[in-house]
Amino acid sequence: MAWIELEHLSHCYQAGTEQEHRALDDVSLAVEEGAFVAVLGANGSGKSTLAKHLNALLLPTSGVCRINGLDTAAAADTGELWKIRQQVGMVFQNPDNQLIAAVVEDDVAFGPENLGMPPDEIRTAVREALACVNMTHYRKFAPHLLSGGQKQRVAIAGALAMKTRCLVLDEPTAMLDPQGRAEVMETVCRLHEQQGITIVLITHFMEEAALADRVIVMADGRVADDGTPREIFRKAAALKAFGLDVPLATELGLELRASGLDVPQDILTDDELTSALVTLADYPHGLTAATREGRG
Amino acid sequence: MLSDITIGQYFPGNSILHRLDPRTKVVLLFFYLVLIFLCKSGISYGVMTVLTAVLMLLSKVPMRMMLRSLRPLWWIILFTFVVHIFSTPGEELCKVAFLSVTAEGIVEGFYICLRLVLLILLSSLLTFTTSPLKLTDAMEALLSPGKRVGVPAHELAMMMTIALRFVPTLIQETDRIMKAQQSRGADFMTGSIMKRMQAFVPVLVPLFLSAFRRADDLAMAMEARCYRGGEGRTQMKALKITSIDYVAWGFSILLIAAVLALR
Repeated sequence: MAWIELEHLSHCYQAGTEQEHRALDDVSLAVEEGAFVAVLGANGSGKSTLAKHLNALLLPTSGVCRINGLDTAAAADTGELWKIRQQVGMVFQNPDNQLIAAVVEDDVAFGPENLGMPPDEIRTAVREALACVNMTHYRKFAPHLLSGGQKQRVAIAGALAMKTRCLVLDEPTAMLDPQGRAEVMETVCRLHEQQGITIVLITHFMEEAALADRVIVMADGRVADDGTPREIFRKAAALKAFGLDVPLATELGLELRASGLDVPQDILTDDELTSALVTLADYPHGLTAATREGRG
Repeated sequence: MLSDITIGQYFPGNSILHRLDPRTKVVLLFFYLVLIFLCKSGISYGVMTVLTAVLMLLSKVPMRMMLRSLRPLWWIILFTFVVHIFSTPGEELCKVAFLSVTAEGIVEGFYICLRLVLLILLSSLLTFTTSPLKLTDAMEALLSPGKRVGVPAHELAMMMTIALRFVPTLIQETDRIMKAQQSRGADFMTGSIMKRMQAFVPVLVPLFLSAFRRADDLAMAMEARCYRGGEGRTQMKALKITSIDYVAWGFSILLIAAVLALR
């Protein structure tokens, strides 16, 4: 059984009124424990709505959402939502609006305090969580003195302190500068590799999606495509039809290939593109016949 | 321009007063304030004055900072003194126009002013040596017996915490909005008070809108982190009574008894 299971999940906002809006339409997905999944989609494609289901902030209008075997709708009826929320940590877009306490370490302690952990255990959990995101030095700081990237890392620590097993990040880097973006992505990748935390990353940045093991493309509340980054980005034209881009390196690679250079069609990162071009320069016979003729 | 606002007047330190449990400080302050109102004789006033002075020294807060807290009330103190000089009946010393100055008036005026000064100094000692966060914890702890009769102790404390967290953020935001408006020609600095107040309306509207949006986001973030109200919640920094608190309580009980006997 997969860790996250969505079966024919649909969600309507303001159901039964004139403004009824079907944000998710018959979505079925399974995510294994320890996976790193990126969710792509244009604005209004339902990716944020999907994220909020994973933490039971929203409940399905129809269909089933199961987290580690717990049905979110059933848990809401029995008052056991906290069991799901403890396992699935959320990080939201705006770094300013998700820190609650006036001191960093108090904020990280907020989740464990809500779970009723004993003070000594909370202290240990907070210390470990802050160390995981390299924010130990800032534990006594007030949140408004931190940069955007640091605030997002504190938000991640807040989830980790609850011993969360899955992080759902809803466009965590959308409001950050390039440095903050790099800090957050480095932290997310490290947590995934070293602690085996399941990551669901919702993003607009294709370079971030390229870091994942699996990419899910959403369009109009449905899953439009699902595969490894290489498989997905190879179909640049299809992605563009959904209002999405491909990473710059992939796009350049595809263009070069179209004009006759023999580069692989599934390049993801700048480094891969560079090494592909270097290989090409070292072995000119790698050029296709057409280009060689053109040169002559 | 708005960036250097600090909330409260907490003076960080590690003196005995800083280390006292905030609940002890709040309750003892309350007793001392009542005690000052019960003082009648010169001796009892003297004891309270010495107590205040000793506490001020123990707090290790610079004297000048402490005395500065009297400044806003300087005129009220002076006014009280003058009113008492002229309005207390007794042996007449001299006459100013139709008002007579009495010896009893001068003594009475002096005591009342001393009372005001002691009240202010003792209260500001609490805020100088206790951070707003600890005061909030103390408030929650002291109000929690009232939960049974419907006092929302936890909710009030949570509101205070969130306010303390967001005041600096909202100040930064005000600053940003004002700069944005100024860059488009808004003028907050000149003109009559009415004019300047009017100029502020376009600042307040976006500020309120964003505050509501923040509140919405924050509520969601709190729920995502398992917030279920005060029931079953623990605290990482739980308040703890230490030996200093017992000493403070023992000393205060003796002092209160002494002052009541001497008053």
